[in-house]
Amino acid sequence: MEYVLNVQNLEKHFADHSAVNGIDFFVEEGKFFSILGPSGCGKTTLLRMIAGFLEPTSGSIKIREEEMIGIAPNNRPVNLVFQNLALFPMMNVEENIAFGLKRKNLSQDVIDKKVKDILEKVHLKGYGKKEVSQLSGGQKQRIAIARSLVLEPSILLLDEPLGALDLKLRETMKIELKKLQAQFGTTFIYITHDQSEALVMSDKVAVMNNGQFEQIDTPKNLYANPKTSFVAGFVGESNMFEAKLKDDDMVITDAGISLKVNPIDKIKKKCKVYIRPESIILMPDDDLEGLNRFNLTVKTILFDGSNTKLLTTIENTEQEMMVSLPQNRQFAHIKDGDVIPVGVDVNDCKCYKK
Amino acid sequence: MKSYSKLSFYVFLLPIILWLVLLIIIPQIELLIMSLRFENDMGDMVWSFENYKEFFSNDIYWYTFVRTAMYAIFVTFLTFLVTFPIAFYITKIVNPRYIAFLTILLLLPFWVSELVRVYGWTILLRESGVINYFLQALGITTSGIEMLYNDFSMIMGLVYTSMLFMVIPLISSLESMDDSYIEAASDLGASKFTIFFKIIIPYCASGIVSGSIIVFMLTLGNYLTPNLMGGKNSLWFTEQIYNEFIASLNWNQGAAFGFLLLILSSLIIWLGLKLTKQNLAKALS
Repeated sequence: MEYVLNVQNLEKHFADHSAVNGIDFFVEEGKFFSILGPSGCGKTTLLRMIAGFLEPTSGSIKIREEEMIGIAPNNRPVNLVFQNLALFPMMNVEENIAFGLKRKNLSQDVIDKKVKDILEKVHLKGYGKKEVSQLSGGQKQRIAIARSLVLEPSILLLDEPLGALDLKLRETMKIELKKLQAQFGTTFIYITHDQSEALVMSDKVAVMNNGQFEQIDTPKNLYANPKTSFVAGFVGESNMFEAKLKDDDMVITDAGISLKVNPIDKIKKKCKVYIRPESIILMPDDDLEGLNRFNLTVKTILFDGSNTKLLTTIENTEQEMMVSLPQNRQFAHIKDGDVIPVGVDVNDCKCYKK
Repeated sequence: MKSYSKLSFYVFLLPIILWLVLLIIIPQIELLIMSLRFENDMGDMVWSFENYKEFFSNDIYWYTFVRTAMYAIFVTFLTFLVTFPIAFYITKIVNPRYIAFLTILLLLPFWVSELVRVYGWTILLRESGVINYFLQALGITTSGIEMLYNDFSMIMGLVYTSMLFMVIPLISSLESMDDSYIEAASDLGASKFTIFFKIIIPYCASGIVSGSIIVFMLTLGNYLTPNLMGGKNSLWFTEQIYNEFIASLNWNQGAAFGFLLLILSSLIIWLGLKLTKQNLAKALS
């Protein structure tokens, strides 16, 4: 199998810290690959090394089997969409898109045709003569992507390009980006700290922390089967409990609740238990098996439409717990101060070493 | 509220209007009138273009005029060439926390007057100056070489005195330029050469133009530096004006020269803006 990008043992050390500590991964042709991590995890450093703006301390970066170390950014078959887009303010839309094509010494006719085609593909037909300052945020976004895609790169790198947009536009652009990627078939490598962007758009997501990949997986697997405690805590929402091992798969949380858990790591003594808010079953039937059962006291209802949650404490303790509250009228009677019985499947109580 | 802000607008406008009218417009009108007056053979002052005719009929005036204009353009260009790398280095290459410090270092010489700064150069360059002393001490030459009072020393002096007025607008426009433009251009396949001419220069165009206008006007109207560093051979047009006013006491002729210089500088700046497709308001904002 030939990979479009193959990164081996990549490391980058700066004078006072190391940003990337030994990363191995590959990306298949035509995939949407995201690198998800908190700020400062080294994801931008990684991206800049792939683009060629930074030289790695050691390791190899191969694009279509060709070693990229030592090759300047202007000679790499990758293009980067910058966080601030970096559309040239002294040029109009057309000139911005044509900039890269002109560097390839194509004839003016070919350039004009390519610019026209790509503007059509990003649904901005007829915008060629506009100044960059006349465009809306979403339009600038598409022009920045068009400027890179018109060069038909092997890989398009995107450095949190949706960060500056407002929420509504971000939601639309997520879908738009996914569509563009499918339409062009170009491999996208997308950097973000926003897990929803990564999960919605990607074929595969690498979760990065402290300069290393914690897990590379499909969005679904990442959410359902986090391999490390960092992934469990970073991807999606979770209730986290510090706990101690009692025996085999029984733990006792610091607040004093006994839970049967699903151990993912080999646990010694101390451990962390993650329970997703939506895996908690409100008022489960008595004959359901394999559940941890306890009572919760409702402190307040955090209304957020389809994302509404209950902030509760486990009865007789100070241990807080978030529970998803489906908005289908079944639980409309729940109010502040109620004590409700709940259950969680043992498999959904994932336990990691501390 | 609206009438209040309108009032404050006029209050702030008033000093500027007063300043322009009293110190610029009225003296200029006075000069214009003076330049059109001529003492005829009978000793009477009459209206005449004689002062302007004198300028066009005498080669030395013409020559000085054109020479001053050409050298002022050349000095402006040279100042840009010298200061651009400095501005680029300060804003883009050194650690950003030193930008303010390095800018202050650049400003420092300008805390003393132009006279003192230019005099500093004469101490270095004159026949009995510092450089000649070392050349003789090292045995490279036996007698002092006169390095002052030629076009080369004059131009060096003019570039030196006007550098600051170029470097400050350049620094401020380069500073406002996000590094990602340079990186994006490189990412899109541009060489360093292309990045410089297609991205950096167009981005800084307004800074370059405003710096150039200031440097050009200051150089064209400079009297001190051409005089001290170019000496008798400098043939700077301001010296002709000075001579008419002070030496020949022919104020009418001097006024005519002054007016010609004003027209010349306006014309060249207008032409420069047209050629570079810039406009004055944008360049100075």
